[in-house]
Amino acid sequence: MAELILYPDEKEFETLIAEKPLVLADFWATWCAPCRMVAPIIEQLAQQYDGRITVAKVDIDEHSELAQRYNVQSIPTILLFKDGKVTARDVGAKPLSNYTDMIDANL
Amino acid sequence: MQDQVVDIAVIGAGPAGLSAAINGRARGKSVRLLSAENNYLSKAEQVDNYLGYYQVSGAQMMESFLQHTRQMGVYLEKGKAANILVLGDRFLINFNGEVIQAKTVILASGVSKAKEIPGEKEFLGKGVSYCATCDGMLYRQKTAVVWGLSQEAAQEANFLNEIGVQVVYVSNKQRALGINSAIEYREGSVQSIEKSGDRFRITLKEETVLSDVLFILRDSIAPNSLIEGLETRDGYIAVNRFMETNIPGFFAAGDCTGKPLQVSKAVGEGLVAAQQAAKYIDEKM
Repeated sequence: MAELILYPDEKEFETLIAEKPLVLADFWATWCAPCRMVAPIIEQLAQQYDGRITVAKVDIDEHSELAQRYNVQSIPTILLFKDGKVTARDVGAKPLSNYTDMIDANL
Repeated sequence: MQDQVVDIAVIGAGPAGLSAAINGRARGKSVRLLSAENNYLSKAEQVDNYLGYYQVSGAQMMESFLQHTRQMGVYLEKGKAANILVLGDRFLINFNGEVIQAKTVILASGVSKAKEIPGEKEFLGKGVSYCATCDGMLYRQKTAVVWGLSQEAAQEANFLNEIGVQVVYVSNKQRALGINSAIEYREGSVQSIEKSGDRFRITLKEETVLSDVLFILRDSIAPNSLIEGLETRDGYIAVNRFMETNIPGFFAAGDCTGKPLQVSKAVGEGLVAAQQAAKYIDEKM
């Protein structure tokens, strides 16, 4: 069974966005309360769009280089990568519909 | 713990919230009771129009209500509910940074006597925030003015300081004990907030501060900034006879739903909201 949510390191992340057509990346940290609010919503998205998008979580403390590369200054930041490029960006914990709209517009 | 979902989360522990809590328990539902410190009834000098009580002080009344609640196995958890998100058939509540999951929510947060300052509504979410633990992350390495009007405000200012926000703390009281030494302090209050380029001009009693954000930390958060899309009417939460709001599974009771702002009405509404919440759970889940 494939994992619904991936926890890539820097190299794996670049490979992922290059190979997968649509990747939703959640930039977070363990000490961030709004990130914990958004975590179950990300899980729900991973289930709902299973097979259509790839969902990855990036801990900014462990992978600060990725956070810098994609200009993530505040968390949670949700980035949507289409064909390797950032196509949508949302900052802060938002309701589910916010993210489904973002994904649906790019499917 | 993350996956535990409580049946009913009651926010507010005045007469409406406590009534909702015991009635939720009476219907066999699990209940968590979440509330800030201050309660208006406990400050009322005397209440004469509650049936069965005559010439009783607000504080006595509150104590007997709380005792009743404890006897039913519900214990008050003190803190601040800062943000609520809907996720499918659940609600996610940010309570002191802990994420509580609930099948239903009963909001009984009372009315706040807070006066808005010029610019507050206009810049809410774009430079004005009510919750440091929600939005603080957005202002790391930036500057914030924190206007502390609640008991927990000093802790929230410390939190911002610790995640790397440069904080100016404004309060009517003397410099609060326990506030981090790196935080600048100004006695007084905030008069207004205006846009100034990419930043904001925040006017205090005797000076103007340029900052990226203004945190206004009151005891209670306006209900419609607590959860997105909640309908209000004349400044109160819009409910029907069953204490249902426009959001399924989200109920409201007591002063926050409108006048008369009386204990009897609040207790009655708490009962209706709890029974309706129990019915909602039984039918939908």
